[in-house]
Amino acid sequence: METLLELRNIVKRFGDVIANDHVNLEVRKGEIHGLLGENGAGKTTLMNVLYGIYQPDEGEIIFEGKKVRFKSPKDAISAGIGMVHQHFMLVPRMNVLQNLVLGYRTPSDPLVDVRWVEEKVRKLSRRYGIDIALYEVVMNLSVGEEQRVEILKALFRDVKLLILDEPTAVLTPKEVETLFSALKAMTKSGLTIIFITHKLKEALSVTDRITVLRKGKNVGTVETKKTNERELARMMIGREVVMDIQKPKIEFGSEILKVQDLWVKDDRGQDAVKGVSFSIRSGEIFGVAGVSGNGQKELEEAIAGLRKPFRGKIALDGKDITNLGVAGRKDIAYIPEDRIGVGLAPSLSVMENLFMKDFKNFKKGLTLDFKSMEEEARKLIEEFSVKTPSVHAPASTLSGGNIQRLILAREFSRNPKVIIASQPTRGLDVAGIDYVRRRLIESAEKGCAVLLISEDLDEIFQLSDRIAVMYEGEIRGIIPREKADYETVGYLMAGGMEVAA
Amino acid sequence: MRVDVEAVITSGFIISLLASSIRAGTPLLFATLGEIVTERSGILNLGLEGIMITGAFTGFAVSFLTGNPWLGIVLAGFAGMALAFVHAFFSVTLKANQSITGLMLVLLGLGITGFFGRDYIGQVATYIDPIEIPVLSSIPVVGEIVFRHDPLVYLALLLAFVIWFLLFRTRYGLEIIASGENPEAADSLGVDVDRIRYLSTMLGGFLVGIGGAYLSLAYAKLWTEGMTAGRGWICLALVIFSGWMPQRAILGAYLFGGLDVLSFKLQAVGFGVSYHLLAMVPYVVTIIFLLFSVIRKREAFGAPASLGLPYIRGKRY
Ligand SMILES: Nc1ncnc2c1ncn2[C@@H]1O[C@H](COP(=O)(O)OP(=O)(O)OP(=O)(O)O)[C@@H](O)[C@H]1O
Ligand SMILES: [Mg+2]
Repeated sequence: METLLELRNIVKRFGDVIANDHVNLEVRKGEIHGLLGENGAGKTTLMNVLYGIYQPDEGEIIFEGKKVRFKSPKDAISAGIGMVHQHFMLVPRMNVLQNLVLGYRTPSDPLVDVRWVEEKVRKLSRRYGIDIALYEVVMNLSVGEEQRVEILKALFRDVKLLILDEPTAVLTPKEVETLFSALKAMTKSGLTIIFITHKLKEALSVTDRITVLRKGKNVGTVETKKTNERELARMMIGREVVMDIQKPKIEFGSEILKVQDLWVKDDRGQDAVKGVSFSIRSGEIFGVAGVSGNGQKELEEAIAGLRKPFRGKIALDGKDITNLGVAGRKDIAYIPEDRIGVGLAPSLSVMENLFMKDFKNFKKGLTLDFKSMEEEARKLIEEFSVKTPSVHAPASTLSGGNIQRLILAREFSRNPKVIIASQPTRGLDVAGIDYVRRRLIESAEKGCAVLLISEDLDEIFQLSDRIAVMYEGEIRGIIPREKADYETVGYLMAGGMEVAA
Repeated sequence: MRVDVEAVITSGFIISLLASSIRAGTPLLFATLGEIVTERSGILNLGLEGIMITGAFTGFAVSFLTGNPWLGIVLAGFAGMALAFVHAFFSVTLKANQSITGLMLVLLGLGITGFFGRDYIGQVATYIDPIEIPVLSSIPVVGEIVFRHDPLVYLALLLAFVIWFLLFRTRYGLEIIASGENPEAADSLGVDVDRIRYLSTMLGGFLVGIGGAYLSLAYAKLWTEGMTAGRGWICLALVIFSGWMPQRAILGAYLFGGLDVLSFKLQAVGFGVSYHLLAMVPYVVTIIFLLFSVIRKREAFGAPASLGLPYIRGKRY
């Protein structure tokens, strides 16, 4: 097979951080090339260099046999490269069609030839099996649909090389399947794909070859057929990892969190949580499985105090907290699904983000004791291994996985009684996932009540003591872990009715 | 405080009020349309008051010196564009604080026109006069209200639709809107955000300049120092009022123009409400609308999501 793209000795620095350290990468025409690496390994940076968003400090790019320099994404696009970014780049207030043709010259340019676009999209949809309502406003789309728009954006421009930066991190298992069959169809018609992921299983099932990055360096490219999970994990992390966690037997204590007949509305004013009741005891991990968008977000926000229920009761340690705000729920730690929007203030420093709920603890007269704050921050960063150049760096400059560690550091260090963890390992690498899960178990051991909300069934089964399934705002059955199996839970997730447990 | 109801009606009070509302609203419409284009691209130009007064002065001076008011209108547009260019340079190229540059333009415009305008106070230039559109203007009532204005009134109306078309039916429009909503997304599709923002700001400045010239050459027909009298600020409010939609700006501009006229007219027929109280009305209306636009933030009528924020490629968030 001939070579489509070659990156030679790419170096990219951000201040003192070397995000890419003399990286070489060779991608062949028509293949799906996996790019694997831990959080912060430099995958996104490397692709941004290729796409013209960053200029490399050193190195060169050879595309279709010619040396190229992309001064902006515009150059990359016209060379035939498309990219679906880790954080989607859509204009929420425009509709799908407008997002698709943005910056594109249709035959009747400068007018937008709507019929022509419709026709072209119809052809693409048919060819790759990607369906989308062209006139829906992007604001109203689900994440899976948003991603389809992003992919169509690239296909619409007749790209030769498509970069997908962690496309599966936000998808449900069913959506992943659809995506993979679309990718296969694309390579059949001659497209080349670079596929970034953390999930070894996915990389193994869909790629032809895999390149692993570690700490900004290329540690090797392997044929997918000739490798396995163990080898890839070792390449990524640099040592052997044990990937199964044994959950110890924990004695449950008293009832800590009690939710009774809770009703919550979503942003659009529709009932999203419809009469949910459950309780969690100290030391217990209560797993809520379900395809996202079935009211989980509203449920967790109501318990965290970010959203007011219009009926029902939430009690913490026997005290009614239904009408308290976030500040009144100090004992509840919240690891939100939307880490950047809800979890962090991206423009504030790592330190400020760590203590934004606890500045009071550092009062020194009228000012704050910045010295001890810094010290404390360093300790936490060390303990939770957040990779950051300094405690003063803006949180927004951290990689996706490190943002999650930062939130964990803040929430876990506050000694909560209840932990709400929503998709806590989404987008994390193997080591990160392992770490978060151990932490959750540890907290339960210390007597926390843990509410785990996840789409990842492995995670639910590995951690939970009892498993509830949420479907269309209701809880369809609460099953003790010993009696639960994937089949039953999957059946309930898909809308099946409650079975006698 | 007795109002002679009969006199109000028989004197054609309503008719003349409506007709002059349209005239008084026209400079507001030009400037509001200009600012809508600018803000849609993500640039907040608070300097309207300064650009308008510069346009008013430039238009008047050119017409006075050349005898050609239309040349005055065009050059006023270019003067506005020049000031807008300064704003764009600071906000787009230097990524400076947009509010501060905008406010600087206000001071600059008022200062320069105050200085150079002294010799023109009390002078008479050639003005732009109303035309009577054949046939239509003789329709009773409607003819008087709608069809006896100067050509710029109709041009402004037409412009509202042209800009609507530009924004929502052309590639440029999508690029402008995307630059104002999510410049990163626009950039990732090869849209030159900086260029779009420059052009939108300059086009906006051009229209605001014309709005100013309309004041001195067609509405008030004179030049005095500071004659814009806060209209620039009103237009900023009008942009919000119209939800960044050009077609809604028409209604807003005429309404606010009407409020302006009303205070004079009411006094003329012996309705003794304080002028200052009436002059407050547009602002009160704006505040109410602002409240609404905050409440309905996520809906179609909100401000462009990246309004006032500089865009730097590769800078996270
Ligand atoms: N704009 C930036 N400014 C400063 N540092 C940055 C910037 N972008 C990335 N970095 C740093 O470069 C390193 C690599 O980040 P990158 O986003 O490429 O990682 P990644 O492999 O994509 O990780 P993840 O899987 O978590 O998305 C990280 O240490 C990150 O903090
Ligand atoms: Mg990344």
